Amino acid sequence: MYVLIVGGGKVGLNLTRELVAKGHEVTLIEGDRSLYLRIEQELEHAVQYGDGTELWVLERAGIQRADLVVAVTGDDEDNILICQVAKEKYLCDRIIARCNNPRNLQHFKLLGIVPAVSATDLILNLIEHEVPGHGLVHLLDLPDEQLEIIEVEVVEGAPAQGRRVSELGLPEGSLVISVLPRNGGGFVPKADTVINVGDEVLIVLDPGLEEAITAQFAPDGLVG
Amino acid sequence: MMVLIVGAGRVGSAVARSALAAGHDVSILDEDPLSHERLEVGMDTSWEDAGGRFTVGTALEIEALEAAGVAEADVFIASTDGDNTNLVIAQIAQRRFGVPKVIVRVLDPARSDWYAQQGLHTICPTKSAIAELEEALGAMG
Repeated sequence: MYVLIVGGGKVGLNLTRELVAKGHEVTLIEGDRSLYLRIEQELEHAVQYGDGTELWVLERAGIQRADLVVAVTGDDEDNILICQVAKEKYLCDRIIARCNNPRNLQHFKLLGIVPAVSATDLILNLIEHEVPGHGLVHLLDLPDEQLEIIEVEVVEGAPAQGRRVSELGLPEGSLVISVLPRNGGGFVPKADTVINVGDEVLIVLDPGLEEAITAQFAPDGLVG
Repeated sequence: MMVLIVGAGRVGSAVARSALAAGHDVSILDEDPLSHERLEVGMDTSWEDAGGRFTVGTALEIEALEAAGVAEADVFIASTDGDNTNLVIAQIAQRRFGVPKVIVRVLDPARSDWYAQQGLHTICPTKSAIAELEEALGAMG
């Protein structure tokens, strides 16, 4: 596979190293002269100097034959444009963009730059998953299919505590697909499965129903 | 006509003043409050007293664009000092806010041409400079 990576910061450089080690052909483009010279000591001909948003620089690096273009500069506008021309001008099938500021993620989506990877969001997701008592975790979002899977923990005093699945009173458009008890051993519940405090419940739902659902699992029906 | 200009450098501020003088509603978005001062150079009154609007903010922030009136804009001019910023915000104005007329300043001739083919109205000052220099050189025989 021929991979073109734009941006020789920590992400771009380490990505290049890993892909080269896996036997892929990689060209890294870096626009800062001194950073380029430092990287060139290690990567030699695998790194090129230039502004990776300029078409001639991309063409010199062989974007026309790239199987994958990865834009990981520290500048979101640059990453958007690099991927946009890769996709729309050079008809590259696969692109990956780094989104530095998660608030810019909407711009990536608007212009069709997907997947856009935001380290901040990744860490935030981990925090939401790892920090207990945070309530609701989005396990999967399929915006095109209008479908989500969430995980909620049953806390002390929640309306769902001690109830059967069939009595949960979940809104239309949602379904309990799995129960993960505190002591391990997740299973697919039946209608008469009783929900206990500490259980983590996996629910598939239409987007927008989160609040109505979490109300059943938070104490006194309040969302924390 | 409501004209929103993002980036009030030398170009943006000059166009803003002439658009206001021509009787248009003019709103400016710029991240640097200093450009407000540059805007008023040579004017008798303040920019606001003359009827202009000025918002301090970054163009990629949707809130800033909205505060500057992107939703009501008939014309959107992207004239910051960054080609990539201009190309991104111009497409946001066009696709997300449906601004009828979007004009983008792009210094790089190659991308100016390509984005023009994609339907953006691009203006390339570099090309004008090249043409003028060639003409000046040609006139010398």
